[in-house]
Amino acid sequence: MAERSFEVSRLPGFATVAIVVFVLLYLPILTLVVFSFNSGPSVAVWEGWSLHWYADAWNNEAVKGATARSLIIATCASALATTVATMAALGTTRRAAFGGQTFIYVVINQPLMVPEIVTAVALLILFGVVKQATGYQGLAYLILAHAAFCTPFAYLPIRARLEGMDLSLETAAADLYANPWQTFRHVTLPLLAPGIAAGAMLAFVISLDDVVITEFVKSAGQDTLPTYMLGQMRRAITPEVNAISTALLGLTVVLLTLFFILTRKKN
Amino acid sequence: MTQKVAITAQNIIKAFGQGATALRALDDVSVDIATGEFFTLLGPSGCGKTTLLRLIAGFEMPTAGKILIDGADVTEMPPNRRPVNTVFQSYALFPHLTVAENIGFGLKMQGRPQAEVKATTAEMLALVKLDAMADRKTSQLSGGQQQRVALARALAPRPKVLLLDEPLSALDLKLRKEMQVELKRLQLETGITFVFVTHDQEEALTMSDRIAVMSAGKVQQVGAPRDIYTRPVNRFVASFIGETNFLPVTATQQGARLSTGDVIAAEGQGTVLIVRPEQLRLGPAGVGAGLAATVTGVVYFGTDIHVNLALSDGTSLTARVPSPVDGGADFTTGQPVAVTFQPGAARLIRE
Repeated sequence: MAERSFEVSRLPGFATVAIVVFVLLYLPILTLVVFSFNSGPSVAVWEGWSLHWYADAWNNEAVKGATARSLIIATCASALATTVATMAALGTTRRAAFGGQTFIYVVINQPLMVPEIVTAVALLILFGVVKQATGYQGLAYLILAHAAFCTPFAYLPIRARLEGMDLSLETAAADLYANPWQTFRHVTLPLLAPGIAAGAMLAFVISLDDVVITEFVKSAGQDTLPTYMLGQMRRAITPEVNAISTALLGLTVVLLTLFFILTRKKN
Repeated sequence: MTQKVAITAQNIIKAFGQGATALRALDDVSVDIATGEFFTLLGPSGCGKTTLLRLIAGFEMPTAGKILIDGADVTEMPPNRRPVNTVFQSYALFPHLTVAENIGFGLKMQGRPQAEVKATTAEMLALVKLDAMADRKTSQLSGGQQQRVALARALAPRPKVLLLDEPLSALDLKLRKEMQVELKRLQLETGITFVFVTHDQEEALTMSDRIAVMSAGKVQQVGAPRDIYTRPVNRFVASFIGETNFLPVTATQQGARLSTGDVIAAEGQGTVLIVRPEQLRLGPAGVGAGLAATVTGVVYFGTDIHVNLALSDGTSLTARVPSPVDGGADFTTGQPVAVTFQPGAARLIRE
């Protein structure tokens, strides 16, 4: 009797387990989305279809402000993080291996490993001192904080792309009279662009979603969308929160889909 | 004959690694490459031929020694400022650019006017017969076509020297033969100095004006293909280029004395006698002069046959003789024969 090679999908109960897992993962999200269309004020009792919670959220000045703030922070922070990450990725892949390279990786990826709450408290204290000294209260603190923890997320896809890129292309460019800047501009950058775009998108989504660090670092009146929603939870929960969540979910799905399209292997 | 020198490598040492573990990829190498010649660096892998090419291109810096291009010291110059271009073994074509953009890349980087870039690109496309492919992406081309793009891209800026790093090794035999002819044609048409790296001795012999045979980081011999084939200076060169019989000898007044006691007239000096298999003649045993030998095997090669022989003391020898189909004699294992050398065929070399 021919023995078939081992395959997880042939184990008994595989389909059952898979279905249970998917239901557990997506049922809460599905419920959230469905109740965002509830006409009543409850997030648990269904009273009929309506879009008025979307209208409420759309007309809510606090939501508008928080959304604008979230988008500004995410845009600035992901731009900053992507720039830093691109330079770091070039520095760690486009030159001979150097002593302490592993240490550099650890430093860059530090925000992935240090508990977020620790970073949050540390930033709170640091920015407290800076605020005292300068008197500046603006969004720059949040942007810097977000850029810091978004950098490793932007770094990973960019580095992955660079590692898959043949170094001989840059050698060939240098051979064909391109100076280092021209080589970067005409060869490295165009080939790296999908990686950079993917990194930027990932950083954007991560920034958009952050609660813990934002909650600690923000000054009064600097609520982002997630911290605004958290604040709402403490009072009355209405389907308005569901509506905002659903909109945020939609945006994230679009960005992550683009991310996967960009990082997908050719052929 | 005094010729202009395109490239001079002076006492080049290239070490990889540090201190006692350092590996000398090039160990005191000096060569002069004349303007307009097809010069080949030939040797087995690891002999340092590609390292020497990369030093000329400027991708690596020598540990010691100097490199001159057209008399100017370029040892410290970065690759983008050297008037040489390279055809890479992997081609290294830019995947995000079209065929035409690849070919025009060097001219564009030099800041030549757009009209000139366009005109030269068209000229190069015609030269390598890829006019119809100008707007394709390089990934849509076959291996042979990619090879032509790589050539055109390197030739477009009209370099003083074209460096070719085993450019034909990825092609199949038929295509490789075609490209050998093509390369030779391009070299004659453009008049550019070609420095060609290969480990294929046949390729080197058929294409080159001169060959530098390299081994273990040193240049063993430099010369025209005929010189190197007929007058190798040592055992390495004799065995790397073509097939050779090596016979240990002792020098005497009359000539070289073989281990069988026979004495043979030979040119050169040394303790090893070499003779190419095709320079041996086999005759019937006991008739006239010749070394007594016994046939130990016959191998059919199509164009000719290889006859393995043992001399009276057991020393083995191989002769290449015409196939019986073409009118040559036939041989059977165990048959006694008399072996004679073509006049001037036997040479003595150093070990």
